Amino acid sequence: MAHGIPKGPQVAMNSKSRRGIEEPEFIRKVLIGIAVGFVGVFLLLPLANVFAQAFAKGWSAYIQSLQQPDTRSAVLLTLLVSAICVPLNLVFGVIAAWAVAKFQFRGKALLITLIDLPFSVSPVVSGLIYVVMFGAQGYLGPWLDSKDIQIIFAVPGIVLATLFVTFPFVARELIPLMEAQGSDAEQAALTLGATGWQTFRYVTLPSVKWGLLYGVILCNARAMGEFGAVSVVSGHISGVTETLPLRIEKLHQEYQSVGAFSAASLLAILALITLGLKTWLERRQAAEQALGQSDSLSSHEH
Amino acid sequence: MSIELRHVSKRFGSVSAVEDVSLTVADGELVALLGPSGGGKTTVLRMIAGLEVPTSGDLLVRGERVNDVPVQKRNIGFVFQSYALFKTMSVFDNVAFGLKIRNTPPAEMQARVDELLKLFGLDGLGRRLPHQLSGGQRQRVAIARALAPRPSVLLLDEPFGAVDAKIRQELREWLVRLHRELHVTTIFVTHDQEEAMEVSNRIVIFSRGRLEQIGSPRDVYEQPKNEFVARFIGVLNVLELTVRGGAARLNELSFPSHGVAEGETLRIGFRPYAVQISSNLQEHPHSAVIRHVYFLGVQLRLELETPSGLILRTRIVKDEFLRQGLEQGSSVSFQIREYRVLSTGANNLSPEVATVHSAANFAEGI
Repeated sequence: MAHGIPKGPQVAMNSKSRRGIEEPEFIRKVLIGIAVGFVGVFLLLPLANVFAQAFAKGWSAYIQSLQQPDTRSAVLLTLLVSAICVPLNLVFGVIAAWAVAKFQFRGKALLITLIDLPFSVSPVVSGLIYVVMFGAQGYLGPWLDSKDIQIIFAVPGIVLATLFVTFPFVARELIPLMEAQGSDAEQAALTLGATGWQTFRYVTLPSVKWGLLYGVILCNARAMGEFGAVSVVSGHISGVTETLPLRIEKLHQEYQSVGAFSAASLLAILALITLGLKTWLERRQAAEQALGQSDSLSSHEH
Repeated sequence: MSIELRHVSKRFGSVSAVEDVSLTVADGELVALLGPSGGGKTTVLRMIAGLEVPTSGDLLVRGERVNDVPVQKRNIGFVFQSYALFKTMSVFDNVAFGLKIRNTPPAEMQARVDELLKLFGLDGLGRRLPHQLSGGQRQRVAIARALAPRPSVLLLDEPFGAVDAKIRQELREWLVRLHRELHVTTIFVTHDQEEAMEVSNRIVIFSRGRLEQIGSPRDVYEQPKNEFVARFIGVLNVLELTVRGGAARLNELSFPSHGVAEGETLRIGFRPYAVQISSNLQEHPHSAVIRHVYFLGVQLRLELETPSGLILRTRIVKDEFLRQGLEQGSSVSFQIREYRVLSTGANNLSPEVATVHSAANFAEGI
């Protein structure tokens, strides 16, 4: 390691900057070993097990269990819920981030804290909020009942609960990005005659597109995977109000291990795709930022 | 296009940024808004642009009140201190933005952008992204973008703040040439008095939200209205004298009392060029030692120290300095050719008082 006399100036620089702070070899190995072992045992092994269980009785049993009508309807419901929630939270996230980053107003700090609320509240509580609001014994229950509108134990309830737990994702992603960029470019667009919408469309949106996409992907992953909040409001009616995570739990409780793990493998694949996209986006963003930064530091002519 | 501010004020909450400013900018002028940071000059520029709305007072363009005209309709070109280029767009698209918004036909747009890129020495860079340009190039893109829709006024906020000294000098000269060629009314903000003096036809000096003086560079240098302007534009020696025995004195220096009562203080100020020195110790009434020599090129800035420890700043042409055989540490005699009585507070300055009869030479100044 850090022994011997450095031979050239470059070698000297390298060893100089490292020598003082580097740990002995065996400590490094132990620490890395613990980290890798932990991830292996608690993350990779279970993930591999999901697929192993799903395919325990072969490929055809896997396909067959996915084609069960209730499982299929659970997949469709999950897709429907995220197809409603993700666009709504996309719009909400962009508006919230715009408001926070571009305007000064009273209660701004409170708004940022409130946007984070779903992260800190237990999903079960989030679900219960809606039961208290819209349930048969809830505040609005009788009124909704008289109008023949059902929210709790129906799809609207599931959508509301999912909206609630997923709404911080896009806003959280965009706020720091927009705040860092300031509003000079938008103001420049205004002085050049652009309307507010044109400014947003041509200037703001392109500059935050990667962050926005990242937020949407995370939002989608959560919308499809949410269990707790949805479980409270769903009523678990097979084929009607069962989302994929709820279906998995039910199959598991009914000892249909291939069915449960086949369905679980779908969510696991979704997770892997999300992870892959996330990594790719992060790299892109980092690369763009590095380009921008290294350049703004140097202001040489030609 | 003429612009007029009538008693314009701007408050941000309880903070007053601009107070009762009135000024007129004539068609085709090149005007500098000068002042220390926080002086309100950027706020004035942003109000002219329509990026801020005055709290009170009127803003007139060609005699018409435009307070409520939105920024998009003002037909101004604004260059931000940070340039604010659209980082996701190429140089061409940046410059073309204002034209595209106005639905300019593609052929006309292409021609206009090409013309500007050429005029600004940016030809061949149209496809680059802003982060692939140098600081100076970026600034020129920002100005080209602002000029593309043929605005009637060009507003620049600290246009030379973000580039290094050598490029700054080039850009200053370039802006003067550009103004001469395009004849567009131009207003720029700066905190650098040298820059304001060099570039503009007229200087508007601000401090703490108030307008202190408007005038040509020569006016504000030679006829400063108050102590703030006198100290802000160029270098000023300031002495605080006490009247004793009918004369205002400070150590070995004495001046007429100017009617100030016995025991009271009197402040005077004088430019470096008013201090005349000679290697002949008999030539002038006072003596001093050259403490420091700052080499500025053709001119030298000297720091004199009198036997009692007073520090005075003066300037001398290099050739004269060498001809007299002077160097750091030399003993010299000196006189203060002319000075002004500085009244305390924001009162106007009294006219200059000549102690000897020789005309002040402006060229020797600054």
